[in-house]
Amino acid sequence: MYDTINSERRVDTKEIKFSARDVQVYYGATHAIKDVDVEIEDKTVTAFIGPSGCGKSTFLRCLNRMNDTIDVCRVEGDIRLDGEDIYDKSVDPVQLRARVGMVFQKPNPFPKSIFDNVAYGPRIHGLARGKAELDEIVEKSLRRAAIWDEVKDRLDAPGTGLSGGQQQRLCIARAVATEPEVLLMDEPCSALDPIATSQVEELIDELRTNYSVVIVTHSMQQAARVSQKTAFFHLGYLVEFGETGQIFTNPHDERTESYITGRIG
Amino acid sequence: MTETGMTDDAPRGKKSLSVRDARTRRRNAAELRFRAYGIAAIAVGLFFLVVLAVSIVRSGLPAFTKTVADVEITVTEAEFEAAEAELFKTKAYVRLFIEKLQTQLGENRLEVAFDAAAIGRIMGKVGGTMREFYRENPSELGQPVAFQLAASSRVDGYFKGRVTREALQDSRFLQLSDLALVDALEEAGIIRQTFNWTFLTGADSGVDNPGGAGIGASVVGSFFMMLVVLFLSLPIGVAASIYLEEFAPKNRFTDLIEVNISNLAAVPSIVFGILGLAVFIQFMHLPQSAPLVGGLVLTLMTLPTIIISTRASLKSVPPSIRDAALGVGASKMQAVFHHVLPLAMPGILTGTIIGLAQALGETAPLLLIGMVGFVARGYPDGLIAGFTEPNSAMPAQIYTWAARADASFYEKAWGGIIVLLVFLLSMNILAIILRRRFERRW
Repeated sequence: MYDTINSERRVDTKEIKFSARDVQVYYGATHAIKDVDVEIEDKTVTAFIGPSGCGKSTFLRCLNRMNDTIDVCRVEGDIRLDGEDIYDKSVDPVQLRARVGMVFQKPNPFPKSIFDNVAYGPRIHGLARGKAELDEIVEKSLRRAAIWDEVKDRLDAPGTGLSGGQQQRLCIARAVATEPEVLLMDEPCSALDPIATSQVEELIDELRTNYSVVIVTHSMQQAARVSQKTAFFHLGYLVEFGETGQIFTNPHDERTESYITGRIG
Repeated sequence: MTETGMTDDAPRGKKSLSVRDARTRRRNAAELRFRAYGIAAIAVGLFFLVVLAVSIVRSGLPAFTKTVADVEITVTEAEFEAAEAELFKTKAYVRLFIEKLQTQLGENRLEVAFDAAAIGRIMGKVGGTMREFYRENPSELGQPVAFQLAASSRVDGYFKGRVTREALQDSRFLQLSDLALVDALEEAGIIRQTFNWTFLTGADSGVDNPGGAGIGASVVGSFFMMLVVLFLSLPIGVAASIYLEEFAPKNRFTDLIEVNISNLAAVPSIVFGILGLAVFIQFMHLPQSAPLVGGLVLTLMTLPTIIISTRASLKSVPPSIRDAALGVGASKMQAVFHHVLPLAMPGILTGTIIGLAQALGETAPLLLIGMVGFVARGYPDGLIAGFTEPNSAMPAQIYTWAARADASFYEKAWGGIIVLLVFLLSMNILAIILRRRFERRW
């Protein structure tokens, strides 16, 4: 039912998952993110692009409060998930992260078996009652991450023994196993070869049917290929945010134009 | 000249790859020298190791044998009563002993003249031993009884080559004339060397009885101390490191703690000893000379070592693993206990074993809590007594023996070192097996 909508590059009024208002992030004395306002829709792939050090990864990590683990990092402003302020004192970041999954730049499977990698999330969140149900979740997640056929015969093998692309898809399977609502991906393809990259991109496009996906990428082609919405960050500012087609073909801001034509970086 | 070299058509220093230029030769020579230094360093290390091992084994092995005299004696009831009726009863027994010994020697066609004093110098208080035995076991009267008598320290030394004839010129403990009897006894197969179980199983003996001294009791003391150290310092150390490394805010106060832990690792152990004396014995009134107190003191000493190595191994776990766990919604504690700690486990075990080995070999702090010196209580009766009854520890026992005058105690000190090293090696092997098991899981 969503497929018909999403197959077209059309962004109509969808539910807003994340809405950020006036977000500031400081690393000690460094002001890393300045006045960022953004709205991330459900069942949409949103790409964050921009030169290195522009703050796109930092902002992504604000969305599931991964920046909490960095002592010197301070976040101000208002970020809401389904209308709830995620930086409210009453919010447990652990519960938030169960709803907002994350895939990292470098594939980081646990040094455990493939099965245990995927089963870890469901186990700690108590999503499965019994072994059969857990098996089912693991299979479903691996299938969604398009890696089931490659690993179904060796679920007991260590996840770290897979190739880079397989590891990253395993990490995606691990992230979707906890049934998150939003999937954050921090340059998921930067460590992968072109074939693995295209596999992961295909996968992202499929994930869009179930999740809201936010992807940070250095590759503008990748952003153009997989996303419906694109946000361009520069020097900590969110310069431009809009439909991907519009950003790449008719940017309003000249900095965006300079970046996508390769003049600033 | 340089200009001509820069022109395009000039050959760009075409050199054969099989001819080494001066720079390459220098580089290779430097590498070769460095390798030679390395090999030399390892060779020197190995040489000292071999020297150490050989000297320990050579000096220590005699401690594992002892010289005994096996004499089979039959004392009839009449002889027993006659001896008991005398004024100097033990002398009567010695007389009986000499008679039997004479006949045994005669059977072997060995004729040596000797008196009771010589027997005393060679085998110690034979009369007392015999009298005690027959008074306790009157049923053995009239039957042949095999007495095994420990030879005196100097006879033992004579057999092990420690005591020479020259050294006995004017000795009042063992005289040159006695050696004829000793030789005859050896020829008759009465006096011989056997494995010294007493050394492995016994407790410390008085200064005048080196033959009866054993390290067993202090092995037990060390064992109980290590139990205390392990069960206190491992959980406390690991918990402290995990908190400091993973949970504690990084501020001036935690920095101060960190610096102090590093400093504590370098504090001389005798300082911990006097601290233990003041706190555990004088203030808390824990029993003196007890392995419990020794263990507590050594725990204080071992904690910094364990904390430092545990923190180092926690630090070496890649942060991506923590991110991965947090990213799927694990709590901080789940991330640490499910993922970080198992990966850090081999390093933690290594640190623990280094700390325990240090504690096992420590003598100075034990000096101050009364575990060094003559603590001949023997084996503790029961598990709790093992912690609370006065005992010594292996290094303390070795130190005590090395300080005694009799040369056979010196030999025992070396033997004690062998036992200590075996204890240490088995501890390390256990740790290596455990570490392998943890490593194999990943």
